[in-house]
Amino acid sequence: MATPLKAIPGPGKRIEVPIKKATGPGDDKIHTWPHLVRNEFLIACAMMILLIVWSLLVDAPLEEPANPTRTPNPSKAPWYFLGLQEMLVFFDPWHAGVVLPTFIIVGLMVIPYLDINPKGNGYYCWKDRKWEITTFIVGFHILWVSLIIIGTFLRGPGWNWFWFWEKWDPHKVEALTNVDLPFLLGVRDETMATIVGALIVGGYFVVGYAAFYALCRGVKGAEFPDFIERWGWARFGLTGFLFLNMWAVVAKMMMRHLLNIKYIMVLKTPYFSINI
Amino acid sequence: MSKWDDVKEQITESEVWKSIFRHGYDDTPRNRILMVSGNVWLHLHPSKVRRHATRLRFTWCMGGITFLMFLVTVITGVYLMFYYRPTAEYAYADMKYLEFDMPFGMLMRNMHRWAAHAMVIAVWLHMFRVFLTGSYKPPREFNWVVGVILLVLTLLLSFTGYLLPWDQLSIWAVTVGSNMGRATPILGHEGPGHELIPGLNNVYDARAFLFGGGEIGPHTLLRFYILHCIFIPLVASLFMAVHFWRIRRDGFSGPAL
Repeated sequence: MATPLKAIPGPGKRIEVPIKKATGPGDDKIHTWPHLVRNEFLIACAMMILLIVWSLLVDAPLEEPANPTRTPNPSKAPWYFLGLQEMLVFFDPWHAGVVLPTFIIVGLMVIPYLDINPKGNGYYCWKDRKWEITTFIVGFHILWVSLIIIGTFLRGPGWNWFWFWEKWDPHKVEALTNVDLPFLLGVRDETMATIVGALIVGGYFVVGYAAFYALCRGVKGAEFPDFIERWGWARFGLTGFLFLNMWAVVAKMMMRHLLNIKYIMVLKTPYFSINI
Repeated sequence: MSKWDDVKEQITESEVWKSIFRHGYDDTPRNRILMVSGNVWLHLHPSKVRRHATRLRFTWCMGGITFLMFLVTVITGVYLMFYYRPTAEYAYADMKYLEFDMPFGMLMRNMHRWAAHAMVIAVWLHMFRVFLTGSYKPPREFNWVVGVILLVLTLLLSFTGYLLPWDQLSIWAVTVGSNMGRATPILGHEGPGHELIPGLNNVYDARAFLFGGGEIGPHTLLRFYILHCIFIPLVASLFMAVHFWRIRRDGFSGPAL
């Protein structure tokens, strides 16, 4: 390579964007063989050694033959779905098992179309993408990974909570003191409770969108009018919806753990019933 | 020239050898390019890459490890298929047979299972890294979508395989993991709005379609076996082809020059 190589910005270093497209002879390309293929080969070897040693040391589990008449307590889904199973504590199955996974998958898919920030394309940077990275870490590390850890290690018989040092006691008694939020607020009439619950859920989204708007405004400062014009209201709406749903999960978990709240809104009709 | 060099030259200069290997190992720029572009496996790569794309610190190599783990499960999985019958009478006995009587049976099963778990973790870390480097940004938006589809397929591959040992762990984990099928809005017989479709019941709803019946049974085992060994790997391979191809076309992401 005759042309001098440009230093590659490492983590934490900023570079100016947008710059001209990375093409032409002036780029920093090197030969795939041997530079990349060598790395891949070495990592593949290391991973294979690791996997074989692990497989020699630890046997895959095999329990008694399947018996549909004997339900183990606790019955747990495969570990990678335990975050969703843990969600069943806080939400009804249609919500925790169907709606939330759909939001997660669709939400992940639309990320590239919602994020129009041209900065941080192809390099690590925190400064220009604080909010994006924080949101991803809340969703992935806190909500997904930590719930898997809770579901795997802290949930015992009856899906009751056991700390690491506690014995899994199948006879542990948990008082069922959960109430719905409208009940806690003093509403005893069923219809009124539904109305109050719906107002709270609706209010969460109204206030939430307002807060999200204020947040965007605060983050963008003087460039906000220009930014929102480029971003568009459809993107704003969808991002806000996903963002608020993510935080709603956190809020509902907190309400259950701290205030023993079961549902926020209970809606029963002859055709369907929705409890949130 | 020694005798050995003489023999070596006779072999490498022969017509048969030259018809298979079209270029030598000489370390020339031309040969380095040919090594990649002239090789069906390696040409998944571009023949030149940006310098940072070879650095582990940048890539974490998690996409590659995910693919490696997929290949391990394919190879060990084919071995396991020789000794496993997906019928309720035999499945569990075949697992025992595989573990205790087949040469390397236990090792193959262990590798298959742990590689599957490693694949799930690697695919998550790959997604995390791609997010951190903003590599989903234009022009690679759609490849991120393909990646999310592959993430779902990875989980489904692992989940369908979970049932096959036909032990207590597998049927109850799959029972718990599939219960939400019953609760699917409108399509599940316990979901909200199930009243909208008349006649929905335990043996006629979304979960029954997945299980081939009202509960996990021999029919479910066969269904999951076919999904696990044929259907999902085929679909995943198609999406992997698209995923790799698009990386190839767009190049590895990196800072603008």
